[in-house]
Amino acid sequence: MTVPVLLAPPRRLIDATIDGEQVRVPEGTTVLEACSGMGTDIPTLCYGDTLTPRNACRVCVVEVEGARTLVPACSRKLEPGMSVATDSERVRHSRKMVLELLGSSVDLSTTPQVDEWMERYDAEPDRFGPRAEAAALGVRDARHAGDHEPGDGSVAETVEQPVKVDNDLYVRDYSKCIMCYKCVDACGDQWQNTFAIGVAGRGFDARISTEHDVTLPDSACVYCGNCIEVCPTGALSFRTEFDMRQAGTWDEEKQSETTTVCTYCGVGCNVTLHVQENEIVKVTSPHDNPVTHGNLCIKGRFGFQHVQRRGDG
Amino acid sequence: MCNADESEPGTFKDRVLMEGDPFSVIEAMTIAGYAIGARTGYLYIRGEYPRALRHLENAITLARGRGLLGPDVLGSGFAFDIEIRRGAGAYICGEETAIFGSIEGQRGEPRSKPPFPVEKGLFGKPTAVNNVETLVNVLPILLMGGPAYAAVGTDQSTGPKLFCLSGGVRRPGLYELPFGATLRDLVEAAGGMPEGRTIQAVLLGGAAGAFVRGDELDIPLTFEGARAAGTTLGSGVVLVLDDTADLVATLVRVAAFFRDESCGQCVPCRVGTVRQEESLLRIRGGGDPESEVALLREVGRAMKDASICGLGQTAWNAVESAIDRLGLFEESETEEAR
Repeated sequence: MTVPVLLAPPRRLIDATIDGEQVRVPEGTTVLEACSGMGTDIPTLCYGDTLTPRNACRVCVVEVEGARTLVPACSRKLEPGMSVATDSERVRHSRKMVLELLGSSVDLSTTPQVDEWMERYDAEPDRFGPRAEAAALGVRDARHAGDHEPGDGSVAETVEQPVKVDNDLYVRDYSKCIMCYKCVDACGDQWQNTFAIGVAGRGFDARISTEHDVTLPDSACVYCGNCIEVCPTGALSFRTEFDMRQAGTWDEEKQSETTTVCTYCGVGCNVTLHVQENEIVKVTSPHDNPVTHGNLCIKGRFGFQHVQRRGDG
Repeated sequence: MCNADESEPGTFKDRVLMEGDPFSVIEAMTIAGYAIGARTGYLYIRGEYPRALRHLENAITLARGRGLLGPDVLGSGFAFDIEIRRGAGAYICGEETAIFGSIEGQRGEPRSKPPFPVEKGLFGKPTAVNNVETLVNVLPILLMGGPAYAAVGTDQSTGPKLFCLSGGVRRPGLYELPFGATLRDLVEAAGGMPEGRTIQAVLLGGAAGAFVRGDELDIPLTFEGARAAGTTLGSGVVLVLDDTADLVATLVRVAAFFRDESCGQCVPCRVGTVRQEESLLRIRGGGDPESEVALLREVGRAMKDASICGLGQTAWNAVESAIDRLGLFEESETEEAR
């Protein structure tokens, strides 16, 4: 029996220019995709390979000839005849400022690659003055839109606050949150459809929150951990990772990664076990896996303790 | 879609139209709906306009009763009705795409363009968004005819325009002048300045607009004239600051406004508006104006270039114009202020 082969409808090829180089890409290709195809590195923070671009962080901006403002490479599609500059003075200035604004207000100590970018764009986050004292737990969550204490400008306002530890599986360190919206999208209509978290507040007080700021166990959270999977800064992390970092024992050099198939049910999700000193310390899932695209449920993500019960019997 | 979320500080023209002649808004929306083949018109009104809301609700009920809205408008077979949605106090919800989210029950946040509202707007459908004044202008165009309407004003800015005049003039209020009148004409129409007062500066276009000096009253109030003068008419705000006004305090207030009203979605605006306010506060507290102005310029440029929407892109306009045009924070100026 012959089986029909399903093909996507053919896409028109379009010609455009990136940094003076001619490119020919299928219609609908974003600037970012075209750039990665030709080996041009563009920094990204809020972009997620399994999510719809939010273009919120603006670190990927590029200059399109004739456009009044810069455009985000992650979401802007190439158009025929478009001429894009990815490293102009204007682009470098905005990238530098975005990195400085984030660096001066957020703890980026666990954000991969950010040091390299800071150096590349000569960013100096400290020039806005000494960092303001971190807010006490719950203070930022209680702020009202359209209201703030102006102060005297002597310290640079930050989003820093104590870590939220309210369950055994994962922690939320919103001092490290850059508001990329990825956790909200993964929890909501793009993947999990649980809607346990959303954005509350406005402006600088905007924050990721459960409904009415209840603790995670009281929220709609199902502990799938898909928010941790997409978090670009380490604001969301496994409790194991958090405890080990606190104790100073977290050491990625000593970790190995093994990708296998989750044994709990028949779906066949792939799990990548991060193992340090023969203990599973974290579980991720390959984003290019056709079954779940990096998503897992509570069992695959957190249910690994039985594997490492040794000794007694 | 009628955008009645008039929230630019100093703007009150749409309020006067809606409170004074709500039927004109309904008529204009119906005509606009007929022109583009829309069956539903949404009127998004800011929550702070309870009287305009009452007048509009009453007018819509009466219009339905008379067959001016509903399944068969005036027996023409054209079906059109208007739904009112109230805002909850956010400036950002007047942005032409954030308004969609607000109506759809989402967070009021601007969307990335393209796609533009005419391609993909409210509930993903092509949408024409205009404010109250623009829509109400449809009526004189139909009554007078296009050429007669276009004969009013200048070549590139046609028709009459409403100006929301406030500040130190004798009779602040809403003034209708043909496009092309100068700033001086407008100030004189309001009775000029009180005895002994002179104009220090005029803020055109609201918080998102730009300052001009008191000696630049010959600027023609047209889109092209304002652009040529490096400013904007924006929503028609003309805020006159007399010689007693504290400009630095005004700038600090504008910066606080943008910090409060940023939706928080993109980094340049969310953090940039905070850094802008902090820098102005430092200058007010006696900081070094030269280094602060350099910092303000860098932050301002990134906000203008890299923000998602008009809020962030214009959050630095008033400060920039005060520095460049009014010469604020130049050494001598600040010495005097001290």
